[in-house]
Amino acid sequence: MIEVKDIHKGFNGEEILKGITTTFERGKTNLIIGTSGSGKTVFLKCMLGLFTPEQGSICYDGATYSELNEQQQRDLREQMGMVFQGSALFDSMTVEENVMFPLMMFTKQKKEEMLVRVNEVLARVNLENANNKLPSEISGGMQKRVAIARAIVTRPKYLFCDEPNSGLDPRTAIVIDNLIKEITEENDITTIINTHDMNSVMEIGEKIVFLRYGHLEWEGDKSQIFRTDNEAVTEFVYSSNLFKKVRDAQLKGL
Amino acid sequence: MFYLDDIGRYFLMLRGVFSRMTKGSVLKNLIFKEINDLILGSLGITVFLAFFIGAVVAIQTALNLTNPLIPKQLIGFASRQSVILEFAPTFLSVIMAGKVGSYITSSIGTMRVTEQIDALEVMGINSLNYLVFPKVIAMFMYPFVIAIAMFVGIFGAYIAGVYGGFVSGTEFLAGLREEFIPYHLVYAFIKTTIFAFLLATIPSFHGYYMKGGALGVGKASTSAFVWTTVVIIIANYVLTQLLLS
Repeated sequence: MIEVKDIHKGFNGEEILKGITTTFERGKTNLIIGTSGSGKTVFLKCMLGLFTPEQGSICYDGATYSELNEQQQRDLREQMGMVFQGSALFDSMTVEENVMFPLMMFTKQKKEEMLVRVNEVLARVNLENANNKLPSEISGGMQKRVAIARAIVTRPKYLFCDEPNSGLDPRTAIVIDNLIKEITEENDITTIINTHDMNSVMEIGEKIVFLRYGHLEWEGDKSQIFRTDNEAVTEFVYSSNLFKKVRDAQLKGL
Repeated sequence: MFYLDDIGRYFLMLRGVFSRMTKGSVLKNLIFKEINDLILGSLGITVFLAFFIGAVVAIQTALNLTNPLIPKQLIGFASRQSVILEFAPTFLSVIMAGKVGSYITSSIGTMRVTEQIDALEVMGINSLNYLVFPKVIAMFMYPFVIAIAMFVGIFGAYIAGVYGGFVSGTEFLAGLREEFIPYHLVYAFIKTTIFAFLLATIPSFHGYYMKGGALGVGKASTSAFVWTTVVIIIANYVLTQLLLS
């Protein structure tokens, strides 16, 4: 579980996060949604420890990040997996080397042992025959799956995903969403996903946090998001033509 | 103030490079890869440039020897001194600031743009040590490249001087041996080692702290070349003053 208490973060005098307080539970897919520029990525990077908040605290299963010493912070980071928006695969390494990388860096396993685990996670993300391919030789959807495999190979307690299905076709996006949800449940990890894709919200949104101009505007689950009377949330949700048409049809009793 | 800020950040970067070392087995592979990319990959162009620089120095010296009282062996002497003292260590380092420097800046800068550096940091890896330290170690092989360049440069001077009909082989070799001061080689290699460090770290700094997208990588590569060249030229002056005067 991750507890965020009143975090503030700014750049060059401009405050991006203006006091966010929320909780992300274990075993659930937690979604952070909001329009571009709402502070989602900054919020995620604060939780990853890439940005240091000017105020407030972030607790990981009771351990407050800012109170940990450098070694403890590093140990905590080893328990985090991250899927970046652009996958962030190391382009000079093959798929196998990319997935093996965290194991090479943090374990003392023999190469054969590492390979067993790498093949296991690659099979889990349905990429059995891509071991020797370079990231540039596989599709965007496959790159995302490799990024997920790399993120979970060390069995992290926390999984962060920054717009994991951006740039993917709707069908592949659903595959990636469901994969993340299944992995979250199988491993009982705390998963936090940044997205502005309403399809993801509908597919896997067990807890949804809506950010607007750096504020936490609304939080709830996917069943509540269509019933809320919060104007900003409604505007965001129905900015999708599909959802607008569905709502209009419902109103007309079709 | 802007430059002071950058200088400060450069030294803070160096502290990051030499702290929290990456796992030895991983580091070893990275160093070999960098030696291949930075050193072996530069040998061809270095040898090519050194040969022709040496040749031109010999011809220029020969063409300027209009006084019949000055012995022809001066061509060998001048070629040796020019190549060992300046052309191989300094001139080639400026060329390397373009070749090796832009490669380092663009490779690290692209990793920054594509969030690969963030990925390393999230994993708890000291990205500065992982990315820059192997380059610094690999560049300590750079004096070997310059040693080869010195030999090839003098060989180029010999070929151009002797086969161009400017000087006899005996005269050239006599000039080559004349008043040879071994300390000049020490000076040249001290310079080269310091330039190697600058060649590895200044472009890394520009790549690591670059901002923006693809255009930013291009701008960072250009400024890395300019600043590496400027610092090499200033360092050359300071080192010459300290070591030779």
